[in-house]
Amino acid sequence: MLEVDIEACTGCKVCEKVCPFAAIIVDPETKKAIVLDNCTLCGTCVNACRFDALSIERKAVSEEELLMYKDVFVWGEWERKEGKVTTKNVVFELLGKGRELADKLGESLAVVLAGDNIDHLTEELFHYGADKVYLCEHELLDQYSTDGYATVISSVIAAEKPSIVLFGATPNGRDLAPRIAGRLALGLTADCTGLDIDESRQLIQTRPAFGGNIMASIYSPYTRPQMSSVRPNVFPKLKPDKTKQGIVEEVDVKLSPINIRTKIIKEIISKDEGIKIEEANILVSAGRGIGLKENLGIIYEMAEELDATVSGSRALIDLGWLPHPQQVGQSGKTVAPNLYFALGISGAIQHLVGMTSSDTIIAINKDPDAPIFKIADFGIVGDIFEVIPEFIKLLQTRKQK
Amino acid sequence: MKIVVLVKQVPEADKVAVDPETGTLIREGVASILNPYCEYALDEAVRLKESYSDKNIEVVAISMGPPQTKSALLRCLELGADKAYLLSDRKFAGSDVWATSTALKEGVSKLEPGFDLIITGKQAIDGDTAQVPAETAEQLGIPQITYGTKIKIENKRIEVKRETDEGYQILSTRLPALVTMSKGSNIRRIPSMKQVLDSRKKPLDVVSADDLGLDENKVGLKASPTQVSRVFAPPTKIGGDVIDGSDPKIAAQKLLEYLVKNKYLKDV
Repeated sequence: MLEVDIEACTGCKVCEKVCPFAAIIVDPETKKAIVLDNCTLCGTCVNACRFDALSIERKAVSEEELLMYKDVFVWGEWERKEGKVTTKNVVFELLGKGRELADKLGESLAVVLAGDNIDHLTEELFHYGADKVYLCEHELLDQYSTDGYATVISSVIAAEKPSIVLFGATPNGRDLAPRIAGRLALGLTADCTGLDIDESRQLIQTRPAFGGNIMASIYSPYTRPQMSSVRPNVFPKLKPDKTKQGIVEEVDVKLSPINIRTKIIKEIISKDEGIKIEEANILVSAGRGIGLKENLGIIYEMAEELDATVSGSRALIDLGWLPHPQQVGQSGKTVAPNLYFALGISGAIQHLVGMTSSDTIIAINKDPDAPIFKIADFGIVGDIFEVIPEFIKLLQTRKQK
Repeated sequence: MKIVVLVKQVPEADKVAVDPETGTLIREGVASILNPYCEYALDEAVRLKESYSDKNIEVVAISMGPPQTKSALLRCLELGADKAYLLSDRKFAGSDVWATSTALKEGVSKLEPGFDLIITGKQAIDGDTAQVPAETAEQLGIPQITYGTKIKIENKRIEVKRETDEGYQILSTRLPALVTMSKGSNIRRIPSMKQVLDSRKKPLDVVSADDLGLDENKVGLKASPTQVSRVFAPPTKIGGDVIDGSDPKIAAQKLLEYLVKNKYLKDV
């Protein structure tokens, strides 16, 4: 139930303006808010009220109510590159896993797609497994904002009642998912590496705990929907089926500028923008063992010879020697290239969890006891400054042939 | 003006090791530290306090955790916080993201109701989920800016430089608001002897769930929507050959052969 604290309510009408469902109005006579029957408990007004006059008492869901929640939703995050809008790769990965979960449950798979002029993205979403797209278009959704997106997506969830909602654990996914979980009083399991359905139709969410030394299986028995975030490159995408079609449901988005409290003043695309370590086939990664910033030269040289991308461990990013989008590890990005070179990286667990899914790992380190050797497919105990130049020479000789 | 910095104590990550025989965590001798990103958050708050001296900024550090979390708050006081509160109670044990943010929301709104700005680290290095700050902001009903690297205060608003997947954004929002900090230009400082001595005179209060009017149904394990059903050892990968690199020419040749054999390089 949405409760109105009559004492605290000033009749300012902010709730009336922000409600996506026109389900709360201020009585012209009493000047107090009244909740109407079509309220979905999406929580938008509670967040917007500056006088703490609105509250929602959220209770655990009963077993009968649990059954009302159906379907698997995925947040359809997109990005804009040189003016062109494309769906983020992680969405296709989530659709692959979401398809499997929906099939196990005998339910359907839908994407919640918010933005402006983005209807051209729907077709590809169907190819990658979606049955349905909730298309939420509005000019105020043209750029990502916490408030705008949380409001629109919360209201779709509150109205449609899915059993599972999946988010990519990207910067914006991590900004948005907890906001929605907080609004709807839901459990949220971040950075899942495994998702499955158990015999009682619960979503079992597996994630590394205590820095990746232990895996934990987590579930949300009494709240719906169950919400998880998954890092990019954790789940494989399905092979697209170009014949698959689906249903587009256009959502009537009601959003006003007062919903969005944060304004974008400037957007700066970094000059290293072309570098996407999460999409590289070969990564040449440097760690603390590099010693000096100038020494990165041989790393870049080796990467060039292999047509590879340069990345680094947290130490180098904290020192400012490499920009943050190039950081591999728990506080950076999870990568899964075909070939990963760990050069002067000892292999702290926080680094390992970010790259263990690589197909082949090559490690060069002076310390024979470095943990990186335990997971490397091929290791050299040696000095990177001696081995790498020799290796570069060999590569160059091959090229000449 | 009042800035609240929410902080967390974490095990010193680089030192955590796994027992090779049992596969369990070796926790003995592992120091607990103030989460590095929380230190950057505190550093930003102290920097704001110094650069906006006309605003008489007071910096208040708040943490939730077991009694030994006091040492992390003591470090906040050494680094320039004016006072600190520790929310500590057995009732808080087992809190997930929702229950933790509920306790922090109650802590902030009851202990420092007139706050203007909350600054936190972007994530803690033990769990790395980055979800508690945003959920706390939602529960407080205030706007948030995540992955900030620099904050500017302008009257009743702030301007924040935010890291994105592609580069940076400059965002502006009204106060009160919550900002989570990435590293930016902030550093982990070493407090001076004078700062250490001064910090001992600053207030550090321990607050219980009862003090905040929170019962077991609102916080801790019982109030957590997510539950851990089981824990297990991660699948282990068995490493391949490790060769001696004392002759770099031979080592480089062997590496090349390995890459050719596995079809990463074409045979020539």
